[in-house]
Amino acid sequence: MDGAVPLFRMEGISKRYGGVRALEKAELSVTPGSIHAILGENGAGKSTLIKVMAGVVAPDEGRMMLDGSEVTFASPAAANQAGIVCIFQELSLVPELSVADNIAISDPPKRFGMIDRKAQRRVAEEALARAGASDIHPLALVKDLPLSRRQMVEIAKALARKPRILILDEATSALTAADVARVFAVLKRLRSEGLALLYISHRMNEIAELADQCTVFRNGRNVASYAAGTKSDNEVVELMIGREYSHIFPPKPARAAAAATPVLEARSLSWTDRLHDVSLSVGAGEVVGLGGLDGQGQRELLLAFFGVLRGLSGQILIDGRPVAIASPAAARDDRIGMALIPEDRKTEGLMLPMTVRENLSFAALDRLSRAGIIDRAAEQRLIDDMVGLLAIKTAGLDIPVGALSGGNQQKVVIAKWLMRQPRIILLNDPTRGIDVGTKQELYQLMRKLADGGAAILFYSTDYDELIGCCDRVLVLYDGAVKRELVGAEITERALIASALNIHEEMPKQGADA
Amino acid sequence: MKDWRYWLAEQRGTLLAFGIFVVMFVIYTSNHPAGFTANVVQTASNKGVLLAFVAMAQTLVVITAGIDLSVGMIFTLTNCLASWLVVGTGIETAFGVIAVLGTGLLCGAINGAIVIYGRLQPIVATIATGAVYFGIALLLRPFPGGSVNEGLADALTGRLFGIVPASLVALVAVVLVVWVPFSRSVLGRAAYAAGSSEMAAYMSGVPIRRGKFAAYALAGLLAAIGGLFLTFFTYTGDAAYASGNAYTLFSIAAVVLGGVSLFGGKGSAIGAIFGALAFRTIGDLLFVFDFDPLWQPLFQGVILLIAVSLGAFALFRVRNRLEWFL
Repeated sequence: MDGAVPLFRMEGISKRYGGVRALEKAELSVTPGSIHAILGENGAGKSTLIKVMAGVVAPDEGRMMLDGSEVTFASPAAANQAGIVCIFQELSLVPELSVADNIAISDPPKRFGMIDRKAQRRVAEEALARAGASDIHPLALVKDLPLSRRQMVEIAKALARKPRILILDEATSALTAADVARVFAVLKRLRSEGLALLYISHRMNEIAELADQCTVFRNGRNVASYAAGTKSDNEVVELMIGREYSHIFPPKPARAAAAATPVLEARSLSWTDRLHDVSLSVGAGEVVGLGGLDGQGQRELLLAFFGVLRGLSGQILIDGRPVAIASPAAARDDRIGMALIPEDRKTEGLMLPMTVRENLSFAALDRLSRAGIIDRAAEQRLIDDMVGLLAIKTAGLDIPVGALSGGNQQKVVIAKWLMRQPRIILLNDPTRGIDVGTKQELYQLMRKLADGGAAILFYSTDYDELIGCCDRVLVLYDGAVKRELVGAEITERALIASALNIHEEMPKQGADA
Repeated sequence: MKDWRYWLAEQRGTLLAFGIFVVMFVIYTSNHPAGFTANVVQTASNKGVLLAFVAMAQTLVVITAGIDLSVGMIFTLTNCLASWLVVGTGIETAFGVIAVLGTGLLCGAINGAIVIYGRLQPIVATIATGAVYFGIALLLRPFPGGSVNEGLADALTGRLFGIVPASLVALVAVVLVVWVPFSRSVLGRAAYAAGSSEMAAYMSGVPIRRGKFAAYALAGLLAAIGGLFLTFFTYTGDAAYASGNAYTLFSIAAVVLGGVSLFGGKGSAIGAIFGALAFRTIGDLLFVFDFDPLWQPLFQGVILLIAVSLGAFALFRVRNRLEWFL
């Protein structure tokens, strides 16, 4: 089996997004009749890898071989033609169309040039049965189905395309336990039928049950491949972490005795199916991290504090007093004094075509104006202060903010909020896609603000940052706080283990330093 | 659930529009001085069919989550063109009809090309092209005038077997020849998918661009059929700016009344046709109740406002306020 020509091979695949390298000379081989698991922490390059395979993203360099001859995919449709079908994490179903329409969407059966609905329905029923989801009615609209059913439709849709290589990216994350069992039975049957399956999951127990072969990715490279079952969970976690620890973080102060009343407190916050009974508190001068895998409710939690979510249950307390925060405008009001540095600076943080000056003073205009007229001199003073404090590198204040580098754009977003001198600062993965130098400046700024008495809640997908910056870290899983790590407990091993919701062996103190 | 219930859910918008139309039409005819006669039905049909064609055109574009603000102007332009070309012998008239329909198709194709390949927003693009189409119409007919093959015109605006309005038969024929094949083709499916979730459609390998282009081009064709019928009814061509604009606006009202979602991906041209007939009937209710005709624009404006407001109700269910801005 090992001697056989691999069905599909990727050689030296690299991909950069701006200055960030997502893949760096990555290699992967796929053999028919096996399930190949891909492991790696957030941002290790797994998603980019499969996007390249599925024709969504074109690689900067490297080549792909199918059946021993080189191939390139201009679009997802081209990859499908070649027999590579991907079940994406973000669902690729069209909500207003029916289940049958969706299953047959890329190549519906036709009669006289028109879609043959009866034949289409048969195809759909067959595919649903193959996916073990015959309970789904083919005429139901996708938008009316719950998430777990939609995921099953997604799987049926992939099977209807008769794939040779099937890629599942976190395909079970939305499924119920019963569905997972059925999907596993289906996957094992497909393996015995000779398909090659790529399985991306953060759930170690699933990988242990399914995989024949595992490949670990870290920083855009494949760092290890091994036969399933030959390494312990701990060894795998070691591989995922690597040993590239850089000392760019400011020293943390000795932990002071907890203040009497926290500045920001949440009691039993719940919202739809994304947040479940979240309680936390952040004191003055404290940096509290939010950890866990991406998309476990961290973003929703920050939005909940910032007054964006409707139908929130539970209580938010500021300085020990319950408050109702109805909108971002209310959250930034001086009585609450909250600021949110959003994750996507391009849409939620900045108005790209407007000037640096205008962007900087947006959030503070009410403080800078009297009777609706902006005090230009006061505005200028404050802007000068901020540009100095954050060392924003710009050719001038009157150029469009879109012309700045990513790091400097992010500084503008932060400066904009600092102009209001907020007491509570929420950060939503603020260093994503910015260079290391700017990151370092931001870490120092964060600590400086905390020392100045601000309460900081900091969500990051980068475990290094959480370890380097935070006094405490709350690890979220499926919308609930699974674990609180304090001080020296914040290690990569503990973060990853609790993010994956597995019980780690007791770490040997000192061996981690 | 049984199959028929899924069918019912899918057709709810269309059936609702049909219901509104029937109720309004009963009120209209029962208060009409002449009552429910073949004549009244024929007149109502002739007026309603014009808007129905333009509303069908609007539906195609709205399904792709776009909007076509030039449909009224294509309607006006083809009316002016028809008043020059659809004349003379049978052969000449036939070529004239083909030229008029081809012009509509071309206008729609230009809209589609600008929106899809030029990546302009549909609103801006079609306002601009609409102004151009009107400009051409004005050059064709600086003053109302021209003529049309009267034999053909009378045949298509009269009655079949003394009862059935011919214009209604023509409308049904267009539905069968244009709408049904489109909605069941891969391109039609692509138009729906693009309107519902363009990203999911792209990920699924759907021919989004061709689907959207077909929708815009066929919208031009349908507006031209409307323009042709306007010529048959009036025997003249008239580059009337106000009338072109009114048809654009009313087509949006008709589409919304017909259960087509302005967010795209949902609805059918048949619903929009009933929406158009209902809208026309509601507008004409003022006459049978002896109101001053001066009130009609205000009355229609209010109906339009109510109709487009219906589409906003979904926003009340949004739980994450950031989704308001998507």
